[in-house]
Amino acid sequence: MQDTVWIVTVVLMASAAGIFLWVATTAENGAEDSGPLVASLYRLRPWLFALALVVIIVSNYKALTALPYVSRPGIGPVQAVNVLGEQWSWTITPDHVEAGRPVEFHVSSKDVNHGFAIYDERLRIVAQTQAMPHYVNVLRYTFTEPGTYRILCLEYCGSNHHAMATEITVVAAGVQPGEAR
Amino acid sequence: MTTQTIDTRKQPLDALNAVYAYLVVAGLVLLLMMLIGLIMRMAQAEWFALDPGLFYILMTMHGAGMVGIAAVGGSAIMWHFVRRYVRVSTGAFLANLALFLLGALCILGAGFVGGFAAGWTFLFPLPAISGDAWSINAAAAYLVGLLFIGIGFLLFYLDVARGIIASYGSLANALGVKQVFGLAPEKDGPPAAVTASSMVLIVNTLGLIFGAAVLVLSLVNLYVPSFAIDPLVAKNMIYFFGHVFINATIYMAVIAVYEILPIYAHHAWRTNRVFYLGWISSTVMVLIAYPHHLLMDFVMPTWVLILGQIISWCSGLPVALVTAFGTLTVVYRSGIKWDTASGLLFAGMLAWITGGIPGIMDSTIPINGVMHNTLWVPGHFHTYLLGMMAMLLGFATFVTKERSSASDYGAAPIGFWLYVIGSVVFVMAFLAGGSASVPRRFAVHLPEWLPYDRLGALGGTLIVSGTLILVLVALLRIYWDLHTPAERR
Repeated sequence: MQDTVWIVTVVLMASAAGIFLWVATTAENGAEDSGPLVASLYRLRPWLFALALVVIIVSNYKALTALPYVSRPGIGPVQAVNVLGEQWSWTITPDHVEAGRPVEFHVSSKDVNHGFAIYDERLRIVAQTQAMPHYVNVLRYTFTEPGTYRILCLEYCGSNHHAMATEITVVAAGVQPGEAR
Repeated sequence: MTTQTIDTRKQPLDALNAVYAYLVVAGLVLLLMMLIGLIMRMAQAEWFALDPGLFYILMTMHGAGMVGIAAVGGSAIMWHFVRRYVRVSTGAFLANLALFLLGALCILGAGFVGGFAAGWTFLFPLPAISGDAWSINAAAAYLVGLLFIGIGFLLFYLDVARGIIASYGSLANALGVKQVFGLAPEKDGPPAAVTASSMVLIVNTLGLIFGAAVLVLSLVNLYVPSFAIDPLVAKNMIYFFGHVFINATIYMAVIAVYEILPIYAHHAWRTNRVFYLGWISSTVMVLIAYPHHLLMDFVMPTWVLILGQIISWCSGLPVALVTAFGTLTVVYRSGIKWDTASGLLFAGMLAWITGGIPGIMDSTIPINGVMHNTLWVPGHFHTYLLGMMAMLLGFATFVTKERSSASDYGAAPIGFWLYVIGSVVFVMAFLAGGSASVPRRFAVHLPEWLPYDRLGALGGTLIVSGTLILVLVALLRIYWDLHTPAERR
């Protein structure tokens, strides 16, 4: 997902910059009477508004069908994992799960706010939620690839925040940790 | 309603000096904070070693200092222009600056003497639970410093509100509500500076009240730990205050675009029904978009988070279709002669629009799940804030040039290009890093992340160089204006 978001963002930012640059570089050649030109631009605005509205409705509808908060049926029984953050370590029980089956991380904190982020072996975030004192956030995720996943803290939590890291192991279905994949 | 204009070009010296005082403080603090930011980026790039404890102190100072100075700079712009239309108090304006300096002293002391490093957002209960990195008193000094700054701004906004209500009858009239509902002709509508100022003081007064409340609660908790706040409620209050306060800075700064760019383009800014509707909707949306900061707090009511996403998308509409569109139409084929001031204002507007794009992306819940608290977020708000600072630098260049015939010896355009090119490199390095899942607020980076850091540090160096030139030019012109007899100008 990150690559798509990056490309769309760069294209949109570059398009906006292109329009501004074009207006800026042509502006010094002033029109005799820019009134009619400007009026024609203003006639364009309702159409731009309509276009923006369509983009907003379609994008938001699509996004709302993929909320991480809603439980969806998965293949096989759910694997429950308890996660507790504290300055500056994670306690994760159990620390291994099976790929292909949904995992429910029950995430909380013993002291301050932390961020529970799961990184794959390419160092890309696959899912995250906040770890808060007094609250349990339930993060549902199904790993598709076996491997070693890093857990990093993504909410600033004090002077050793960057070192608050651990790992979880995702094994292929039916394989015990330590066995060959 | 009165639309009487007060010509501030014939303004009393104390008012002009007050604006100069703001510009001097803003310029110097901006440079200092940029330098701190550059040191952090260079340390992440491993160009030199920096103790992580010191990194987080610098990070806290940089965040609080930049937010504060953006607000100081924005206030200078807002006050300078709104007082052309309403009567405001120079004393209240200067009291705000004095309280800012007092608060800044407390914050700097908390950080550099007390070692306070809980981040500018002081998320509860981190100020009280430092892992022995700082004392309770250091945390208290920071929170009290923010309170001083908040009180100053509240005083400033209340004074402007008093002036606007005295001239326009109500804040609703100043927002152009009558024009929107067809109860009064568009031509009798309030000037853009008055409408924008009204929006800002409404949202920021509410933001500051919530901010002050959570600051006081956190302060009491420091010394009476049994007096605990719900961490989720505290988080909501902090992000409401922080979101509103930082957003307001650019809504203040854009007044410079409304007032100055038409002078260059010889083309008036159209304040019509759509304009007022845009600002009224921005007033509401800035207040209710803040849940996009809490999208990874799954225990929040889901409808609030969905609202945060939808409002964040919609909040781009008035910015794009009223202010950015208006900027383009004012400039389009106008015969404008570009200089550093007009260029900075125009570039600032472009940065506002382009900075909004990654922000809207990140406010989309499934995207936030993989982008939240990565470098994507500073990529978004640095684009936005570099735009705000471009407007401030454009304003400073314009005001000081208007008053002084001192030459800049060709330095200002060099400053402009260093600033613009540096900004592009700097923010794209952040965004690219964010798309590669590099976390924000990490003192130490993995080797895989260093290319983004090094590119960012390079861009940051260019920005600091450009800003140094632009600030020096403005300061020298202020000095020249204040020390040259009128007959020699």
